[in-house]
Amino acid sequence: MMTIDAAGMPYKELNKQIREGIAKGIKKFFLENVNGQYYIGDGIKGDDVIININGTPGNDLGAFMDGPTLIVNNNAQDNIGNTMNSGKIIVKGDAGDVVGYGMRGGRIYIFGNAGYRVGIHMKGYNEQLPVIIIGGKVGSFFAEYMAGGVIVLLGLNNTEPDGEYFASGMHGGTIYIRKNIDFSKYSKEVEFIQADENDMNFLKKYLMEYSDSFNISAEEILGSSFYKITPSSARPYAHLYTSA
Amino acid sequence: MLRIKNKFNAERDISGCGLCGIINAKKVKTNGSDIKKAISVEHDRGNGLGGGFAVYGNYPDYAELYAFHIMYDNLSAKTDVETYLKNNFIIEKEEPIATLRTSKIYDHPYLHRYFIKPKTDRQDKLFHELGDDDFVVNSVMLINQNYDGAYVFSSGKNMGAFKGVGYPEDIADFYKLEEIEGYMWTAHNRFPTNTPGWWGGAHPFTLLDWSIVHNGEISSYGINKRYLEMYKYNLALRTDTEVITYILDLLIRKHRLPIRLALTVLASPFYQNIDKMDSGRKELYTALRQIYGSALLNGPFAIVFGYLGGMVAMNDRIKLRPLVAASAGDFTYVASEEAAIKAICPFPDIIWSPKAGEPVIVEFEEKKVPQKGEMIRL
Repeated sequence: MMTIDAAGMPYKELNKQIREGIAKGIKKFFLENVNGQYYIGDGIKGDDVIININGTPGNDLGAFMDGPTLIVNNNAQDNIGNTMNSGKIIVKGDAGDVVGYGMRGGRIYIFGNAGYRVGIHMKGYNEQLPVIIIGGKVGSFFAEYMAGGVIVLLGLNNTEPDGEYFASGMHGGTIYIRKNIDFSKYSKEVEFIQADENDMNFLKKYLMEYSDSFNISAEEILGSSFYKITPSSARPYAHLYTSA
Repeated sequence: MLRIKNKFNAERDISGCGLCGIINAKKVKTNGSDIKKAISVEHDRGNGLGGGFAVYGNYPDYAELYAFHIMYDNLSAKTDVETYLKNNFIIEKEEPIATLRTSKIYDHPYLHRYFIKPKTDRQDKLFHELGDDDFVVNSVMLINQNYDGAYVFSSGKNMGAFKGVGYPEDIADFYKLEEIEGYMWTAHNRFPTNTPGWWGGAHPFTLLDWSIVHNGEISSYGINKRYLEMYKYNLALRTDTEVITYILDLLIRKHRLPIRLALTVLASPFYQNIDKMDSGRKELYTALRQIYGSALLNGPFAIVFGYLGGMVAMNDRIKLRPLVAASAGDFTYVASEEAAIKAICPFPDIIWSPKAGEPVIVEFEEKKVPQKGEMIRL
């Protein structure tokens, strides 16, 4: 176990100490008084490494991360989980803009709201299946150009998504929504169906893990019906400039 | 030395940048330590080529006079400008701006300030009848354009800009901001990418009591510039932020648009959303887009602007630059990053991310709004 007091520490020094700790075989980290340090946990490896963060971590948290778990006990800023490969980011507050940009594996669980452009360019391949679950609401350009993976929008506490232009250019992956859908927010490139038993069995594993992360009731989340949103085409813009 | 006249042949200036703002709605004053602490958390958003601050309420003893902050590259420019000022203004007081040369900021223009008011019998009265504000605007444009080696970087009443080349925390030390008190502060950390950093090009940009700090890029600069030139604004600085200052001056001071309406000109609703409005609003917003199409700002931006009546923070229409706001009692804070706010206010009452194009407006409670005839309610 390693505790680092990050008060006033430049991000380079903080990340150096984390990397040196991991190299020495330390599995559990507590970062105290974090405020704005960029790039925490970027590119680090180790499935059994857990980093607890107290304070507001800076942008690009967990970018390119490959295995570890980051637990943020407050809000997170922009660009968390950028191109993340595997591992888990748990945010107990809200997250900023561009969550999981180009994410290709692992899980991001957000208790509160997330900002604009959640899951933009998210992708999956074979067993690589990135999953983002958001408890509250999201901003505009949700799931823009989504190519793979799964995003679940729970809308707990009756939070309605207040953005626009959802799932524009989506051509792969799946979105699940726990509430009735305001279809006008979504692009014409997607289809809406009621989630079936297979979907719910698939979701259950992740939603149980999500509710455990925040000590909330899994029954409450799983109790209501879900809608499934999938792209109509794997190439929505195939004929944007050419005739069919 | 390329310090205060921008000779570079670049059309505009694209920036990464960080920004912060602090306002107390009851006009309780704080010194410059808080804003310095907040903007220093955003140190890595800039690259040391521009830092600056605007403060309001810092000259209570001269509150009725225009406070000109002028940078000089050489003393002959100072002599020439002072001749102009003496001919046209009553100079109540003039003094060097207090600075502290540090290991970080040691090479700088000569910085002087003047508390002045236009003479009632000044020469331009032979030709036209300009109000004081208009005459000050003309004078600022004239000095910045025609007096080589001189640049007016602040010209408002009871407010001032303090800026230069360096990281903002070093600029704060240079101007000894911990000794200055004000009820509203804005700050900027610059990351210029298309033009070199120079003293005049640092933010905030000010004109009268307008001050702007800006993170982003105004892609519509060319259209905005041509539009403003029709109204005799001189865009001498070749940086995109300058246009925002002058557009606000034109819309709010000259055309008397209410602040909220002026802001919907800068970041107007999309036509598809105007179509969904009720008929009255639809007519209003359609008219605004038609009349002020050339004042629309395109491209990514987050701005904080201050004026005598309060502070506004706003994003572009699709939120391509970050902006976070928080409030604690009578204080409201805005910043590019939550961490900047948390550094000076660890436990705000609320903290939120403003939506794209929806301004955060905080006005002083004594209600000293500059525009008259606010006819249209939103």
